[in-house]
Amino acid sequence: MDFNFTEEQSMLRDMVRKFVDKEVKPVAQQIDKEHNVGLIQDILKKAAPLGLLGIPFPEKYGGAGMGEMGYCVLLEELSHGCASTSVTIGAHIGLAGMSIFLGGNETQKEKYLKPLATGEKIGAYALTEPGAGSDAANLQLTAKEDGDHFVLNGTKLWITNGDIADTVVVYGLTNPELKARGGITAFIVETTTPGFSANRIEDKMGLRGSATAELVFQDLRVPKENVLGQVGMGFKIAMETLDESRLSLAAATIGSAKELITMSVDFAKKRVAFNQPIVHFQAIQFMIADMAAEVFQMESIVYRTAWMYDQGNKIPREGAICKLFCSEALDRIVDKAVQIHGGNGFMGEHPVERFYRDSRVNRIFEGTSEVQRMVIAEDVLKKGSY
Amino acid sequence: MNIAVCIKQVPATESKIKPAADGLDIDRTGLSYVVNPYDEFGVEEALKIKEQLDTGTVTVITIGPEKAVEALRTCLAVGADEAIHIKDDALTGGDALCTARVLAAALKKGNYDLIFFGRQAIDDDSGAVGIHVAELLGLPHVAGINKFELNADGLKAVAHRQIEGAAEVVEARLPAIFTCQKELNEPRYASLPGIMKAKQKPMTVWSLADLDLSAEDVGASAAKVKLEKITSPPVREAGKTIDGDTAHAVSELVRLLHEEAKVL
Repeated sequence: MDFNFTEEQSMLRDMVRKFVDKEVKPVAQQIDKEHNVGLIQDILKKAAPLGLLGIPFPEKYGGAGMGEMGYCVLLEELSHGCASTSVTIGAHIGLAGMSIFLGGNETQKEKYLKPLATGEKIGAYALTEPGAGSDAANLQLTAKEDGDHFVLNGTKLWITNGDIADTVVVYGLTNPELKARGGITAFIVETTTPGFSANRIEDKMGLRGSATAELVFQDLRVPKENVLGQVGMGFKIAMETLDESRLSLAAATIGSAKELITMSVDFAKKRVAFNQPIVHFQAIQFMIADMAAEVFQMESIVYRTAWMYDQGNKIPREGAICKLFCSEALDRIVDKAVQIHGGNGFMGEHPVERFYRDSRVNRIFEGTSEVQRMVIAEDVLKKGSY
Repeated sequence: MNIAVCIKQVPATESKIKPAADGLDIDRTGLSYVVNPYDEFGVEEALKIKEQLDTGTVTVITIGPEKAVEALRTCLAVGADEAIHIKDDALTGGDALCTARVLAAALKKGNYDLIFFGRQAIDDDSGAVGIHVAELLGLPHVAGINKFELNADGLKAVAHRQIEGAAEVVEARLPAIFTCQKELNEPRYASLPGIMKAKQKPMTVWSLADLDLSAEDVGASAAKVKLEKITSPPVREAGKTIDGDTAHAVSELVRLLHEEAKVL
């Protein structure tokens, strides 16, 4: 057993940390206040030539071949600076790119994954609908066969990168009878195709710099060669993609959590009350101790699971455990961080307030905590013993 | 063009430094290390020149323990072509001149047209090694440069440096040594392909014997500067506020400056 990061993974971490300190942290507050997607797009343009947008994918698809471990390191470090940026890159790599990587054939990977990995194109993943969130299998977007094409009609909701993407992986119903058991199909859709429209959704509690959109598909024709995998395989691709992306989402929470501890310690050392820095009080120290204990658990389970994934194991249970534990732990940590900051933590000029708003959605998107518990329980019960 | 950059691995800039128990080193527990930031300007300048000429080799050289290989590898990931790691237990206790002797011997083995150093390492801040090496090799040097241009013929270079109230422009015939100051350039990030290839690039390891040097030449016994003790700076005491009306406060201030601070 070896718990060390490889030299390459450590160099990656150092490099991303430098990148985040210089390119992301200085604009993170502005991104949030102005809902400034443009600033994030500028960051993506700088990240692309460094190879950051293709980390987990093999070199032949324009990636860096650094696997899930490398990808988790990237998201952890990015989240020290800006959750909106981290989520934008997460949807691009971990949802859009990963769907094509897991479900696509060679031609599709060459044509669609490569430009995503090199950052030439931006990707999005469209599963959620107004009536299908946790109950993803209940999606209503229809895909009807018509000669060499499928014709898509329907609406997707809360799609990250939806209105800045060039390539969207869309999940639609090809057989309403079968639904998740072979009735759902994944399609690669170019957003320049007639019949595609995207409307930005601005009013969010957090992640205000990430582009969230409603996507409308109106008689949109997708050539059959853009079916990912095979007709009816969509739900399987969607779920396998989510297994991986839940893990990387958990990795992102580690960066935010560590940054919150640093901010809290800094603040508690400087803030004086009752004639001494508040860090001298046990009430504050115990909160810091609990935060540190949680972070240690978070990074322990995330990197162990990333290692398992890179060894070729499937991780439905472990990915769900990471996502469940880390998203909930981050909320406990950010709550303590705000408490330590007192009134300052409630004010919009302090980053801790942004972290508080940004963290909440982690317990909701990519499967709510309740869905994660369902996934974990189902897997445990299926196996019967632990 | 053959370019060498001498680098040093130093504690990260944000490290909290405290003396070790024996007072002869800093406490290195839990420290993380980086390439000395001034040396990064040297690496960047070397890479820019190589790109501009579209030919040449950039070699990074360091002296340091096993761990220093990380700093070399980081430079390889950024784009340097090869690395030389000089390590030898006999080097312990040497001073800046000892370091310079070792580097001079190493540089002599290569045929370098241009040699860059950082203007100083941010750990001991001596700022002496680059200049010592120039003296030992009999090469011209320009210290603390913030702008560098290679002449079209590749035989000379013009460097700028900031002096009190003015900029000095210096021309040097190559081979020459330049020590790099802030503002020279904007060091690039390592790229992921660079990181993945770093391990495959040549890494030469030399001991003192490989450089025909011995502990007597460059070890503790050869040092002209001996480290006596490392201590933390004295803790600053809290300031004093003088209350009362201005006339009284001023006379009290004068009294304190005279009697307590003893600066008047």
